[in-house]
Amino acid sequence: MTAYICKRLAGMIPLLFGITIISFGMMHLAPGEPSVVGQAFNPKVSAHDIERLRSYYGLDQPLYTQYWHWLKRLAVLDFGRSFSADGRPVLDKITERLPVTLLINSLAMLFIILVAIPIGIASAVRRDSWFDKGMTIFVFIGFAIPSFWLGLLMMIAFGVNLNWLPISGLHDYSWRQMGLWQQQLDLLEHLLLPVFVSAIGGLAGMSRFMRTGMLDVIRADYITTARAMGASEGSIYYRLALKNAVLPIITLLGLSIPSLIGGSVIVEQLFSLPGMGLLFYQAVMARDYPLIMGITVIGAVLTLLGNLVADIAYAWADPRIRHGRSG
Amino acid sequence: MSMTGTTTNKAAPPASMQRLLAHPLILVGGAIVAAVALLAILAPWIAPYDPTEINVHVILMSPSWQHWCGTDTLGRDVYSRMLYGARVSLAVGFVAVGISLLIGLMLGALAGYAGGRADAILMRITDMVLCFPTFFLILAVIAFLKPSIWNIMIVIGLTSWMGVARLVRAEFLSLRQRDFIHAAQGLGVSPLRIMWRYLLPNAMGPILVSAVLGIAGAVLVESGLSFLGLGVQPPNPSWGNILTEGKDNIQIAWWLSVFPGLAILTTVLGYNLLGEGLRDYFDPKLRQ
Repeated sequence: MTAYICKRLAGMIPLLFGITIISFGMMHLAPGEPSVVGQAFNPKVSAHDIERLRSYYGLDQPLYTQYWHWLKRLAVLDFGRSFSADGRPVLDKITERLPVTLLINSLAMLFIILVAIPIGIASAVRRDSWFDKGMTIFVFIGFAIPSFWLGLLMMIAFGVNLNWLPISGLHDYSWRQMGLWQQQLDLLEHLLLPVFVSAIGGLAGMSRFMRTGMLDVIRADYITTARAMGASEGSIYYRLALKNAVLPIITLLGLSIPSLIGGSVIVEQLFSLPGMGLLFYQAVMARDYPLIMGITVIGAVLTLLGNLVADIAYAWADPRIRHGRSG
Repeated sequence: MSMTGTTTNKAAPPASMQRLLAHPLILVGGAIVAAVALLAILAPWIAPYDPTEINVHVILMSPSWQHWCGTDTLGRDVYSRMLYGARVSLAVGFVAVGISLLIGLMLGALAGYAGGRADAILMRITDMVLCFPTFFLILAVIAFLKPSIWNIMIVIGLTSWMGVARLVRAEFLSLRQRDFIHAAQGLGVSPLRIMWRYLLPNAMGPILVSAVLGIAGAVLVESGLSFLGLGVQPPNPSWGNILTEGKDNIQIAWWLSVFPGLAILTTVLGYNLLGEGLRDYFDPKLRQ
């Protein structure tokens, strides 16, 4: 197991390099010098800012030297300073926003797991029933619905018409005056819609995947054997089949991280949530290059870490890998 | 790809046609796709109003016989704007998928046919791009360039080829071992010709499926970008930027939010259904 984790960690190194190369390449993608492009008429960017960027990237030096210097700074998490009026370090800006994004995405993932697995199993068990057909339609719609539109509709329904839930921000105005439990409740109310909207695509995919996985497993010989030996249907599905059908879900969860993180831009912008996604949106709108670069790199590294965790979880759950025999 | 069967026998529909009819998903999806495409193509002739014509007398009118989907904050007809928006969405979808197919095909074919080290390196690169949060990448690139329909097409294309590359590689890798390829190699047919003439046609089914599903994905991404104000720029209409107005007027004008979203949902659903249907059609083994 330890050997497996080490191997995985080593495998991350070329990926990390690739991420920095893509990000660096992106910065130099625009025609002309990155510090000047689009900044000449940008009142938010002072001459001082441009000079700072020039010296940060060492733009008068050859490209590989620039890359090397940039890489050395990245290694100590130095992303430079933001172009915004406060001119604070990019890293500070990101770290104060990151918890919100992580909270929403972890809750969304939890929601996906808790809802999609039972739905998938129930669809497989009662294959071709009305429930299964209804779920199939839900899956197709879930795949096709733009998350921001679903969000808008829910804001109209639950926020504007019914007035049940808040539609923007993380806290109520009176948050500071609330007691601890009231504060948690208020936070929960604010997170309900964003988490649901973030989860919808993954929910559809995962329940479909679970259904297919379950149907595959049920056809396996060991299930037939169990049935022949008189195991009850309940124990066949929930004790024997579930374990094997759940395994691939772990990989799929890992694979869904990029779209969850990417989707946080839209969800956070829609619900005005002060997370990394909204920060990124604001950075893009203000052409705040240092901040854009910083978030892109951090987002990619987070995704990589998420995949690593999923891989390790998979290895841990799969006895073949756990005991050192690669399956 | 024998979707268009020969029609020598007039009494019974051709076999391939019958097979097609056995797949309701293809029919339903195909009908939606065709209808949306038709509306998009005919937009200049069937749109009741000029999509960018401002009319201060009819600002934010709810849906009526004059304005089927209501009007926006500048009194423009939402239905007309949606028809023109369909053109934008489909154009972005097709061009972006064209670009991603081109890249994916080349890299996948190279990796699958060459195998060995080239394969290992190319697939590593593919995995790398795959773990980037694509939407971040797209937004970042748009920030460095500037939002325009062409940039969006290119950027979506450049960030969505990974699936195709993996697919083509897998198909080529397995087809490469088949006897007819060995025979062709033995006869001295050039690798390029083998790929183009023998490998590609045999891998066409899955490629078509992924292209159709890719269009759905590109339409979604474009609408998201336009919604954020980083896609198609006003006054040019797009489904996404009408929804932005919907959000800004969420308390008073539900029609600005509801109709464009329905258009996106229907279009994406159509391409997804068609894609799933084609998947069944090409690979009946996968049917659950």
